Amino acid sequence: MKRFQGQRADAASTEGEERRPGNDRPPAARDRRPRRPPSPTAPFATSDSPWRVRRRRIAGLGFHLLCALSAVVGVVALAVLLTEVFAEGLGELDIAFLTSFASRIPERAGIKGALAGSLWMLALTAAISFPLGVGAAIYLEEYAPKSWITRAIQTNIANLAGVPSIVYGLLGLALFVRMLALGRSVLAGALTLSLLILPVIILASQEAIRAVPDSIRQAAYGLGATRWQALRMQVLPMALPGILTGTILALSRAVGETAPLIMIGALSFVAFTPRGPLDQFTVLPLQIFNWVSRPQEEFRQLAAGAIIVLLAVLLLMNAAAILLRNRHQQRV
Amino acid sequence: MATTHNIDTRGSAPALEAHNLSVFYAANQAVKNVSLVVPTHKVVALIGPSGCGKSTLLRCFNRMNDLVLDARIEGEVLFHGQNLYDREIDPVEVRRRIGMVFQKPNPFPKSVYDNTAFGPRVQGYHGDMDALVEDSLRAAALWEEVSDRLGDSAYTLSGGQQQRLCIARTLAVKPEVVLMDEPASALDPVATQKIEDLIWELKQRYTIVIVTHNMQQAARISDYTAFLYMGELIEYGSTDTIFTNPTEERTEAYVTGRFG
Repeated sequence: MKRFQGQRADAASTEGEERRPGNDRPPAARDRRPRRPPSPTAPFATSDSPWRVRRRRIAGLGFHLLCALSAVVGVVALAVLLTEVFAEGLGELDIAFLTSFASRIPERAGIKGALAGSLWMLALTAAISFPLGVGAAIYLEEYAPKSWITRAIQTNIANLAGVPSIVYGLLGLALFVRMLALGRSVLAGALTLSLLILPVIILASQEAIRAVPDSIRQAAYGLGATRWQALRMQVLPMALPGILTGTILALSRAVGETAPLIMIGALSFVAFTPRGPLDQFTVLPLQIFNWVSRPQEEFRQLAAGAIIVLLAVLLLMNAAAILLRNRHQQRV
Repeated sequence: MATTHNIDTRGSAPALEAHNLSVFYAANQAVKNVSLVVPTHKVVALIGPSGCGKSTLLRCFNRMNDLVLDARIEGEVLFHGQNLYDREIDPVEVRRRIGMVFQKPNPFPKSVYDNTAFGPRVQGYHGDMDALVEDSLRAAALWEEVSDRLGDSAYTLSGGQQQRLCIARTLAVKPEVVLMDEPASALDPVATQKIEDLIWELKQRYTIVIVTHNMQQAARISDYTAFLYMGELIEYGSTDTIFTNPTEERTEAYVTGRFG
């Protein structure tokens, strides 16, 4: 407490200005200050007993430590997981692992079918969800009248982003596999995953479009640009890095999804690569699930190998997202 | 209401005429029954305290208020005798004939060249773009400073240069009227001086309507001055009259700094 008072005196003598940040007294009182002796109402003069001050400081320190601990738990858990996976799976990683199909015999098994399926899934999902998501975002931000309908749609999109993925799987099964009779095809899977990540893409794109200052639109309109020209030539180019970042992150979620694909009946043992969007397929997470559920130790190692490949794909995508974001920040 | 008009437009045809113009934002009336004539190749200054409706009035002249939700406009604005608010008039076409410069410099995050060429491009200009860009930058008194950095981002220019780039960009679409909404309020005195000199030059070829907070500026650069208060046009006349011998007491109070 003494220390506090000392600090206060120092501060008062060196600054001596009435415009000190944090001075929350009304202006009138501030103006009269120089004529007063050190005021008994000064914020530090009335502070609590030393014991209370110490208790407060301990509480603060405790909270600090608790937060640090939470952070450490997360990082350590991840580190343990990664070490385990790498210790088990690193031995599996070679060219043959990537170029062989799944097999009953562990020595011959690889992830060719699953990797190809995942890439197909990624490409189709991107092709479906990107235009739809960005289109919806543009409509909601730039065209939609601000009515209760728009607000209702907006609220629904935010809620849809939180719906469990298995529910999307059910929807995909009913709508795409059965009603549209697409079967257990790559296309049915991609459509289902597109539905799953659409809300995320829409929200991220809206955010990016909203971040473009209105003065840019005004400038474009003022120069005789139509709404579409202003959008295409100024607003969208400025929003694109943000839109792409959101899309990539959403896609990396789709690549890791398992439940909805099990739901629509994707295979877990596939000895071919899909030739077209209507072929049957499997994906990496399903392959991993399949291998892990077998009793033999060898298959668990295969699963670990596949996990490493899946992680590599995800890390690459996230890196791309971060790169895009950084480039965007530098430019603005 | 007794709006005083002692404006003598002999010798120059009207470029813009507002007749009984009112603007409503939702239930709030921002401009009240304003009528005024903007003579061709003159500078008209709109002055008045904050929130008096001068910017709103300015934005009526090229239908920028269309972009504001809930804005409703009554009355008419005549441009070559044609009401800009007629049903068959395309606001995009209006903005191609009547350009606008905004309060804060708002260049696009693109090169100096692309900023200047944007307007002509969206309007499908097919001539010599390099020449048009150079002419426009010269007209905005910016060419000497940027001729060797046309490819640089407009964001590398100073605030004053950015604002002159915005003027160049507006001139590139060859408008007849240039509307300016406090174009120098975000600039330092030197940059302001350059913009004012530029306005003086521009009025040889363009009709200019300028909103300004700065009464000295209005007095220096304008031929006519309109004083608005609470959405009403209180007095409109030659700048000399408004500043030295206004009819209305409120005008005198405002220009002498007694309120506002």
